[in-house]
Amino acid sequence: MIDVSVAYNRYKFLGYEFLTWLWYTIENDFDLLQKSDDKIVTFEIGNRIVLENRRNDAVETITIKGDDAGLEEGLLALKKGAVVTEINLAYKSGELEWFFTLKGESLNLSNLKLPATGPVETKDDIEGALIEKASLYDMLFDFIDRLFTEFITIRVSDDWKKGVGIQIKSWILR
Amino acid sequence: MSMLSSTVSVTRYLVEDKIKGPLIETITQGLKKNTITDIDNEDMEKSVGWTSFNEPFKPDFEGSSFIIDNFFVFSLRIDRKKVPSKIIQKHYLQAISKRLSSTGKQYLSRNEKAEIKEDVIQRLTKTIPATPNVYDLLWNYEASSLTFFSNQKAANEELETLFGKSFELSLIRLFPYTTAEFAAGLTDDQRDVLGKLSPFSFME
Repeated sequence: MIDVSVAYNRYKFLGYEFLTWLWYTIENDFDLLQKSDDKIVTFEIGNRIVLENRRNDAVETITIKGDDAGLEEGLLALKKGAVVTEINLAYKSGELEWFFTLKGESLNLSNLKLPATGPVETKDDIEGALIEKASLYDMLFDFIDRLFTEFITIRVSDDWKKGVGIQIKSWILR
Repeated sequence: MSMLSSTVSVTRYLVEDKIKGPLIETITQGLKKNTITDIDNEDMEKSVGWTSFNEPFKPDFEGSSFIIDNFFVFSLRIDRKKVPSKIIQKHYLQAISKRLSSTGKQYLSRNEKAEIKEDVIQRLTKTIPATPNVYDLLWNYEASSLTFFSNQKAANEELETLFGKSFELSLIRLFPYTTAEFAAGLTDDQRDVLGKLSPFSFME
């Protein structure tokens, strides 16, 4: 395997493409999301999306935020060649709901809010709360991993250039 | 950052290899040997080490207290002291003036000044308390996965170094390439394609 820091920088684009694919999938292919979680109720873009456009060594960052943020502006940025670098998401499975921001280049999660868990009032409650939270983290990680696996499997196949990639292009340029 | 906070930041890792030797004893020894050292009243600027998840200011790894369900749960603590530069400058100038009057010299050499500055920084560092930062982690040994509750570059780098030193295991940070390479179940042929990928243009 190549050096980790080299790999991080060289393949950042995979994270940006993953977020673009995710956005496209959320808007156009709920069946595919159901493949990753059969109990999924909703998976939506939240209140923030960050795009970046690099042209002639200049970096333009476009941040769309707010609960009523118009995502058309984001699509317009994509049309001009921007990539999605960060996306805030709301995921509901059964009765449980997670809110989080996913960063493309690192796949780090921030502002992660888990479904409500029991209150921690005494020291003895901590262990139970920890086990409960660990299971909720795992549920979210499993979902993201399944989506990433779905994406990367398509990305390394011929189906990307001939199918999905073209469909995303058409969606952006429509 | 505490994993019990209402909002958290997360960096995910894959733990490479397994512990050689008895598991619990080896982990306990790794934690004990690398427990955070208090640097209040010391002239050190930084201390990095493991601490207990429940009692970050009273580390104790006796009795497998860091095992909860099928997880190892403990925290990385980084204590830092930073004396403001203006305070250093004030005490440095005072010390220079005192040295000049006690020696009757007109000026001090570059080496003397550097020595005085170092003494001043050491003295001041000893007098200020360290600022602690605690970052929890959740290690699922069986699944070879580790969840670290911070996205801060410096904290992640300290974790990777200390973890390797303590347990002789490497942590692989899961970013797009490493996730694809190690966690997505790709075949050898698919991994070959992965290595040759270049950015796709959605424009043309």
